[in-house]
Amino acid sequence: MDARLEDPIAAQLAAQPGEAARSRHQILWWRLASIALFCGAWEVAGRVPINLAFPTFSSTIMAFGEMVADGTMLKAYGLTLQPLVIGLIVSAVLGISTGVAMGLRKSVEWMAAPIFIVLQAAPVAAVIPMVTFVYGIGLTAKVISVCLLALPVIVLNSYKAVANVNPSLITMCSSFLGSRWQQIIKIILPDASPVIFAGLRLGIGAGFVGIILAELLITPTGIGDLITYHRAVANYGHMYAATASIIVFSAFTLSALQWVEESWIRPEKKRS
Amino acid sequence: MVAVTRKVPRAADPHGENMASLESIISVRGINKIYPGQVHALKDVDLDFSAGALTSLLGPSGCGKTTLLKIIAGLLEPSTGDVLVKGRKVTGPGPERAFVFQDFALMPWATVLRNVGFGLELRGVAEAKRHETARRYIEQVGLAGFEDKYPHELSGGMRQRVGLARALAVDADVLLLDEPFSAVDEQTRRKFQEDLLRLREVERKTFIFVTHSIEEAVYLSDRIVLLSRRPGRVSQVITPQIDRSGSPDEIRRDRAYLDTVEEIWQGLRHFVD
Repeated sequence: MDARLEDPIAAQLAAQPGEAARSRHQILWWRLASIALFCGAWEVAGRVPINLAFPTFSSTIMAFGEMVADGTMLKAYGLTLQPLVIGLIVSAVLGISTGVAMGLRKSVEWMAAPIFIVLQAAPVAAVIPMVTFVYGIGLTAKVISVCLLALPVIVLNSYKAVANVNPSLITMCSSFLGSRWQQIIKIILPDASPVIFAGLRLGIGAGFVGIILAELLITPTGIGDLITYHRAVANYGHMYAATASIIVFSAFTLSALQWVEESWIRPEKKRS
Repeated sequence: MVAVTRKVPRAADPHGENMASLESIISVRGINKIYPGQVHALKDVDLDFSAGALTSLLGPSGCGKTTLLKIIAGLLEPSTGDVLVKGRKVTGPGPERAFVFQDFALMPWATVLRNVGFGLELRGVAEAKRHETARRYIEQVGLAGFEDKYPHELSGGMRQRVGLARALAVDADVLLLDEPFSAVDEQTRRKFQEDLLRLREVERKTFIFVTHSIEEAVYLSDRIVLLSRRPGRVSQVITPQIDRSGSPDEIRRDRAYLDTVEEIWQGLRHFVD
């Protein structure tokens, strides 16, 4: 313990917690200020008004409250989340395992890479009417829409993550007699996890795009229905409330994912 | 050349007086390494490493010293020739050898404690047991109190101490160190060298040490193997006769130390353009 006190680095480390807490506070304030600025600008723009179809921030919030109170919001989310969650779980499980397999085995890489590279480049909105044609307008078509958008980016990120694992760590693992299996579980996956999670975040974002596209293009249900309906009856506050709520919901989902990564898989990132 | 130098094309040679044993623990027999593209990295290398000695592999950059160390470690396959560890042919990494990496090779997501115990973790040692062992070696390399830190919270020198503790923790007979101090600053490097000498007193192990620093090799080694430029060949084997009973400063001012450094430089300078 004596060595610890002498060491300037140790002293700095000991001083860190207080400083870190202070800077965390500061970051929080700046973030809140950014949100406040955005909402304020929205309110002003709505009051000018820049367009009759552009509601103020306050009327959007009121409309949101109204829709929560009468239960339409909850019902809409129930309808939207079902295909979204199924699609995202399928995409995550299938996408990560395919991507990791591509990174580990050349044959899988050569076979699968072209498919996903083409899929990622494809304008998927153009494919969705075809999906409807084959699978009808039910749950399956919507799940497939989500997967079409979310899967390629998850696969390609997982694949690149595994292909770019630090080779020195792999050598280290085998020099300490690690088996291939231990190498995958204890070195490759943790080292690849930041990029895999980056892919998951992009994939979830794309999945939200997929479900809203499906609800706007296939059949109006859930949040897509709220948006379409309120636009049709010129209820712009409600329409914006539905749109904004899905954006905020998506952002919170992504933050939750980041929290999971930092808490369970890469704890050191909380301390950087 | 001076009396301490002998040209040794093959076979073991006598060592310094403080050796635990003269028995050869690692034998390198007729090693050639040709990398793809006809790069001849090592040519007809024959060497013996005695148990308990610290041998340095020294030579100009690109002479294949790290290649030779990785072949001994079983991380690279020689094109021809064999490495024998305690008489058994090497086909891959083994429990009797542990490696210390130039770039530390620490897992950034794992604490010091887990990094040091990683070799034991891979061998299936129970958590309580491997933590106990890891703590002991963390203390021995002077990192007590840092068990729960992550590598990015440590300085370069401290990270390499973690790498050293990890290699010590698996209790291998032979430690293979690949330019372990090249990524740390000069002051840390000197402190590290002194600690390594002290550590050798405690841990009766065989060290094979790759370095491009003449001073470092002379300061630390019982025996120095000079490799020629590519293709790397054993050009000279030197056994410095340095009294290491004094303080680090006394050793660095010792006549034999300074003479050996100068002599090696004379031997190496014609390799340098």
